[in-house]
Amino acid sequence: MRTDITAIPFKTGEWNTSLNVYDFVLKNIRPYTGNASFLTGSSPRTNRLWEKVKKELAKERANNGCLAIDTETISNMTAFKPGYIDRENEVIVGLQTDQLLKRAMKPFGGIKLVESAVKERGQTVATRVTDIFNYARNHNEGVFNAYDSEIRAFRSKHLLTGLPDNYARGRIIGDFRRLALYGAAQLIKFKKTDLAGTGGEMTEHKVRLREEINTQINALKDMVTMAAEYGYNVNRPAENATEAVQWVYFAYLAAVKEQDGAAMSLGNVSSFLDIYIERDLQSGLLTEEGAQELIDQFVMKLRLVRHLRPASYDEIFGGDPTWVTEAIGGTLHDGRTKVTKTSFRFLQTLYNLGAAPEPNLTVLWSEQLPEGFKQFCAQASIDTSSIQYENDDLMRDTRGSDDYGIACCVSYQEIGKSIQHFGARANLPKALLIALNQGKEELEGTELIRNIHGLPAGPLEYETVLGVFKQTLRELARVYAKAMYIIHYMHDKYYYERAQMALVDTDPHIDIAYGAAGISIIADSLSAIKYAKVTPIRDERGLTIDFKIEGDFPKYGNDDDRADNIAKEITRFFIGELRKHATYKNSTPTLSLLTITSNVMYGTNTGATPDGRKAGEAFAPGANPMHGRDCNGAIASLNSVCKLDYKDAQDGISNTFSMVPKSLGDSREEQITNLVATMGGYFNQHAHHLNVNVLDRETLMDAYEHPENYPQLTIRVSGYAVNFVRLSRAHQLEVITRTFHETM
Amino acid sequence: MKQCNELNKPDYAIQSGLSLRIHSLETFGTHDGPGVRMVVFAQGCQFRCVYCQNPDTLDVKGGRMIELKELVEKAVKQKAYFGKLGGVTVSGGEPLLQRDILIPFFRALHHEGINTCLDSNGRLNDAHTRQLLEHTDLLLLDVKHINDRWHHRLTGLSNKNTLSLAAYRESTGKRMWLRYVLVPGWTDQPEYLEEWAEYFTDYKTVERVEIIPFHQLGRHKWELLNMDYQLKDVLPPSETVKQKALEIFKGRFKNVILK
Repeated sequence: MRTDITAIPFKTGEWNTSLNVYDFVLKNIRPYTGNASFLTGSSPRTNRLWEKVKKELAKERANNGCLAIDTETISNMTAFKPGYIDRENEVIVGLQTDQLLKRAMKPFGGIKLVESAVKERGQTVATRVTDIFNYARNHNEGVFNAYDSEIRAFRSKHLLTGLPDNYARGRIIGDFRRLALYGAAQLIKFKKTDLAGTGGEMTEHKVRLREEINTQINALKDMVTMAAEYGYNVNRPAENATEAVQWVYFAYLAAVKEQDGAAMSLGNVSSFLDIYIERDLQSGLLTEEGAQELIDQFVMKLRLVRHLRPASYDEIFGGDPTWVTEAIGGTLHDGRTKVTKTSFRFLQTLYNLGAAPEPNLTVLWSEQLPEGFKQFCAQASIDTSSIQYENDDLMRDTRGSDDYGIACCVSYQEIGKSIQHFGARANLPKALLIALNQGKEELEGTELIRNIHGLPAGPLEYETVLGVFKQTLRELARVYAKAMYIIHYMHDKYYYERAQMALVDTDPHIDIAYGAAGISIIADSLSAIKYAKVTPIRDERGLTIDFKIEGDFPKYGNDDDRADNIAKEITRFFIGELRKHATYKNSTPTLSLLTITSNVMYGTNTGATPDGRKAGEAFAPGANPMHGRDCNGAIASLNSVCKLDYKDAQDGISNTFSMVPKSLGDSREEQITNLVATMGGYFNQHAHHLNVNVLDRETLMDAYEHPENYPQLTIRVSGYAVNFVRLSRAHQLEVITRTFHETM
Repeated sequence: MKQCNELNKPDYAIQSGLSLRIHSLETFGTHDGPGVRMVVFAQGCQFRCVYCQNPDTLDVKGGRMIELKELVEKAVKQKAYFGKLGGVTVSGGEPLLQRDILIPFFRALHHEGINTCLDSNGRLNDAHTRQLLEHTDLLLLDVKHINDRWHHRLTGLSNKNTLSLAAYRESTGKRMWLRYVLVPGWTDQPEYLEEWAEYFTDYKTVERVEIIPFHQLGRHKWELLNMDYQLKDVLPPSETVKQKALEIFKGRFKNVILK
């Protein structure tokens, strides 16, 4: 079968006869090892468009973060008429609804959440929509029908939090490149072949698969209809660079019209698109200005993705993020760099359009990245604080693929071959307090775990505490696994991601991505119990309300093995327990040490801990050391995080690092060189992830006082970037108090 | 047999018990030498510079002792971040006061493949200093004034030794950066800046000259120590003064950095 029907003179290979985007990239990629000097500014058309968008964004901010909601329509690929910003100047077209920044209802995750989000804005969901749910069911309803009392208790007492049981799970990345390379007609043929392979005697698995494949085929047909309304025929492959960008965007747009998952990543499209751009540049069909215009306008569209969220959502995912995560750079197994000129062009959007949190630009850092690219990344980090870095050498070696994207914030996902099920996270410090309180939750005294022995009065004894803590974690893992099984079963049943799954191999491998919050508090608490004298202070109910700590103790974040190894051991123990349980669709358990912005909410809901943290105080984000306790400088702090083993937390180990510009060196050149050296040092020691903020604390204070002056101020928080001014006041303050490395 | 082993010990091995008197450590120094560096601030100084930013490093009996072994271990833990340019800088205080201890320290760092840098006022210039300089990849030499009377007034001592140490370093052909603190009314006289620049203009080992504008961040330390601070009312150099100094130096040196 020929798929190169447009006779594009790309190098041929397996991709011509089978579905294999990776082969196409391998055969045609043009690695670029030079510097950033070829880049250009934004085109007049882009400038006009962006000016218009900025005005709308200002209106959105002024209107409490939401410009408009369509309360009449259930969103899907074809529900809305085409929307434009300014047709004359738009090179890449397509909006989620018929109007810029208008938010749409996607109620199959949970109609209740949609109703409350609409109500909070003083509007009402149309009766025709609510009426549908008198007959149809949704994910939220299904999950709560299946939950047992244990899961409900763990959830309501904040031991398990942020579970995607009333909103969409997100995280599933479609291989959006497929639509450009093959066109929908050919993709449907591939899916039909898969369907033919599921005949014979029926099993539950086969029946489900057959339904899924047909749903995916319908999704591809709807993509064609959606694109046709904009005047494009995506039945056929893209024939030039403009079409390639447009096709990829249509595929992504289809996903965000249908789904409002917490995080909906883009994948790794930049070097794929570069192949088309390079070919057009060489044929004289495109100029560098034109190439940059395509990427600027594509990225602009990605910045405008919006989902309808209730205020409660902001606690766990502050700042209205969408996680349009694009992975840039990295190295191929054959040793060539994956950096292309379009990798640079994506980063250049931070200059042409100014800093922004989305798309969530993630550089796959490899020792072998070209020096010119490393320097441009460091420069852009210093100038915009909009980039995060992940260790490509580590992920490639440990996970196996060199064609992967980042799902959500930090987590590896092979593109088109496997997916992941999002699992929110468990509150580890809460689990420790439950262990110290005979299985009772420390704030209200509700018993959550049975058969935990009471501890003798007096100072806590390390081995005893470790025993009851592990017992608690074991139970936590058991209940957590049950909850995830139910959630993903129901999500597939009621809110299946047909648009993304149409662009993923049939019946792919699945990771179930569990999470844990508060690892630094655990390390410090257990270290305090081991190396100092910690005596619980209990109220009349016998519940711990505080701890008396006598003497000093090693703290996580100071490159001290005594504390750091505790963090490592507990992480290993917890994933070990999680791996013991059955999973939906036989998915493989992974674990993240990541909090998003929920570290503030976790803190609010957790009593005083044995490390000296007071009740209600925020946790450190992700795998970060606690604020102000990493007092031996930046390197010691980074070294502590390096010691956590990626094999135990393959969903990601997030570290957010903030420094003042001056601390990186006197001149800009020195700052760039030193930041490159810092990241090299960190990642060479097998660290996984680093958010890099280069900011003055004073800037943040000023933005806190005068948000109107900082519409685009972007900072990295746990695993993603946000517009600082769109964070809640509590989150803003938490960011400001977070350790800034000034003297390093 | 034991003695024999002692004799055969490689010269980079540090005898146990060797300790350095330090004021503090900085783990991510980017202002004292090239790249990312661990900076060891040695305790004790024989100069009494009127503008000293760290008067708490002056007392030769102050600070704390730290074993060389521990210092080397710390440096090794940070080595990954040093990159191609960085390493360890010993600053102060005045590190040459402890030159005998620094020789085995720098040797051990070199054995670990770590670049060494010494930030000194150049007051001591003897065989031991020369031996230490052999193990110093880069010397940061502070030449605080070219006029000896002014140097006296500024530091309490002559600049003769400093200049002779500069000449010695030049004779060895090993790298050096010169540093100059710019203090209004004390070190900003254009004629002396000219003379300073003229003096070193033919030095081939001077890779870079750094002008460090005076600031008042050390003031509270003088107050805390109940020491008489003469520069209470001196303002940091104005843009004009800084640009003037920069212009003079740039006329004589290729690489001048205004910090």
